[in-house]
Amino acid sequence: MLDHLDPVIIARAQFAFTVSFHFIFPSFSIGLASYLMVLEGLSLATGKVVYATLCRYWLKIFAVVFGMGVVSGVVLSYQFGTNWSEFSAKAGAIVGPLMAYEVMTAFFLEAGFLGVMLFGLSKVGKKAHFLATCMVALGTLISATWITSANSWMQTPAGYAINHKGQFVPAGSWLPIIFNPSFPFRLAHTVLGAFLTTALVVGAVGAWHLLKDRSNPGARKMFSMAMWMAAIVAPIQMFVGDAHGLNTLEHQPLKVLAMEGHYDASPEGASLLLFGLPSNDEARVRYEISIPKIGSLILKHDPNAALPGLKDFPKDQWPPTAIVFWSFRVMVGLALCMFGLGLWSVLARLRKRLYEWTWLHRAAVAMGPAGFVAVLAGWVTTEVGRQPYTVYGLLRTAQSHSPLAAETVGGSLVAFALVYFGAFGFGIYYVLRLMAKPPRPDESEPPQKPQRAAGITPAPSIRPTILAE
Amino acid sequence: MNGIDLPLVWAGIIGFAVLAYVVMDGFDLGIGILYPSFVAGEERNRVMNAIAPVWDGNETWLVMGGGGLLAAFPLAYAIILPAAYPLIIAMLLGLVFRGVAFEFRWREPRHRRFWEAGFSVGSVVAALAQGMMLGTVLQGIEVDNNAFAGGWLDWLSPFSLLTGASVVVGYALLGATWLIWKTDGPVQAHARRFSYWLGASTLVALVAVSAATPFLAYDYWRRWFSLPGVLVAAQVPLLVVVVAVAFFYSLRRGSEWLPFLLALVLFLLGYIGLGISIYPYIVPRAVTIWDAAAPARSQGFCSPGRS
Repeated sequence: MLDHLDPVIIARAQFAFTVSFHFIFPSFSIGLASYLMVLEGLSLATGKVVYATLCRYWLKIFAVVFGMGVVSGVVLSYQFGTNWSEFSAKAGAIVGPLMAYEVMTAFFLEAGFLGVMLFGLSKVGKKAHFLATCMVALGTLISATWITSANSWMQTPAGYAINHKGQFVPAGSWLPIIFNPSFPFRLAHTVLGAFLTTALVVGAVGAWHLLKDRSNPGARKMFSMAMWMAAIVAPIQMFVGDAHGLNTLEHQPLKVLAMEGHYDASPEGASLLLFGLPSNDEARVRYEISIPKIGSLILKHDPNAALPGLKDFPKDQWPPTAIVFWSFRVMVGLALCMFGLGLWSVLARLRKRLYEWTWLHRAAVAMGPAGFVAVLAGWVTTEVGRQPYTVYGLLRTAQSHSPLAAETVGGSLVAFALVYFGAFGFGIYYVLRLMAKPPRPDESEPPQKPQRAAGITPAPSIRPTILAE
Repeated sequence: MNGIDLPLVWAGIIGFAVLAYVVMDGFDLGIGILYPSFVAGEERNRVMNAIAPVWDGNETWLVMGGGGLLAAFPLAYAIILPAAYPLIIAMLLGLVFRGVAFEFRWREPRHRRFWEAGFSVGSVVAALAQGMMLGTVLQGIEVDNNAFAGGWLDWLSPFSLLTGASVVVGYALLGATWLIWKTDGPVQAHARRFSYWLGASTLVALVAVSAATPFLAYDYWRRWFSLPGVLVAAQVPLLVVVVAVAFFYSLRRGSEWLPFLLALVLFLLGYIGLGISIYPYIVPRAVTIWDAAAPARSQGFCSPGRS
């Protein structure tokens, strides 16, 4: 039935699907954990009710999101083996320990303190609870660090040797492997992306409730905090993104050329393409609309600097240009919108209309999901831009997959799609329902049913209690 | 790190992670398997609450086992996972359904029935898939040139179905005995009644798998029945008999925590039996733990974090 389909393409689609779905949850929970830490810190420092209210409000949402992040993450640690066994056999000695460290340091830290964070509000002291929140926030950041390091190593491999079995092994110290050339840029860009995504969601929820009731103190506070975040972080993120791009140009020039849609070399300065339909088959961009010189100005910070083109490289090294070209434009376009929203909010503050300017609130609601879209588009840009390699320049995707049959991979892809849309669809619905309720000063804690904690060791003596629903 | 046999150490660590996983997630999967037999409403709430605080910490060990195998034995990881492909996917999807059911069951009464069904079906599927993976590995994987070379349905055999069913029954036993420990009243009485026949079924399963294993390959036969190995190996079935007697006695005597502990010992003995069959292979009769090991630098790098 699926004979005409390439199993490698289906395997890639499957990985893209599961990793994208997974990435939605941590990119929100990384930001939310830090936001909760700030809220709780402010609540402790100022004693104001509104911070405690917001803390409880967002904690309930955090519980659901974190749970989905955990379950969708388990899948990934096994997919390397099921679909990408050759990659696992060859690169496991390097990528494996980085991921194992993620589990050992971060997962256990998060799992250990999460129970206290979610259910300990009225059981442990305020300071102990704050400590737990800080640990969870720290855990999410450590998690991001290790995973980004593993991913960056695949993009810009360093510190490796190749043994007689053709496997990548550490050449000496682990430091050059962990701190490979693209890692610092990618980490900063990813974590800021998570913060910005969270700020936009918080801002949208605040704006939604302001549209209904301008006087709600919780809505006002969260909207104001989120807009400060957007106004400050969006420009920083654009600056970091630019630095990341320059780093990519140095290490993965083909990726950048595909992002820019440059097939031909531009010895006298490259143009900036605003629109076009790139085609690798024809090796040109159709319906191109471009501004001369600006491409070089952005990439080289000099309008007349020469840039190579994709045609300067063998065609079998080109990434799928059309996907990278457009996903990059989606990301940058949304980044400009976020920047604009931040500026608008500053203007509104100056005119003292932050809580009254209905159109600003509508725009903030519309921008609520923008962070997720931008994060995924950025992810697509960097991962598809890495093609046709899994370990850049060294191991081709076509040589990384398991001995696969199209039926098996296709069947499991369908199963994943059904289960993910079903299960996580409901989860997202429950999150939206929580968000639809306005924050109230008598905000409840997460439901008093013990849902999760740190495994068997720290909670040995829990007696079940009958809980009225 | 000189003088330490790192691959052996790591085989021990992963063996421990798998055991830790089986011990911990075993009982909460088991409760999922038994779940439909409890009365809807209060009884089910109590059953759910007996594992709610621990389930996802327990699942961390599964990530640890998978991640550890990739880091320390990339070759074994690359052979076993494609060989058991549909089983892995089924297990993961079962766990997803089960995990979110935990969270979502409380969120909306209208959907409760649906998530409860997801909870038990997910648990059964995950347990069955894990048991069948065990059978797949035991019966041998066709390996050529350090890669899986078998067919897509190799995992499906009478033997793997037997191991699958055995694990489902065994987990159900762990679940039932955990409930004896952690609950009281009608739920406890219910769990105790179940434990009798689950204990008996687990023993039957243990005997059946043990009897079938030596016929899978001559290596296993020799390991279990030739001198001098038999002198050590024979202690395991002997201990099983002793523990089984103690188990039923503890059930009759009305002990609350002993049945769970003894059920765990039964699992441990089964696990040791498997170790005797498989060692020193990690993919039986094809790849040893030393063949599959990542270089010392990778295994060594991970080790400090373990301690």
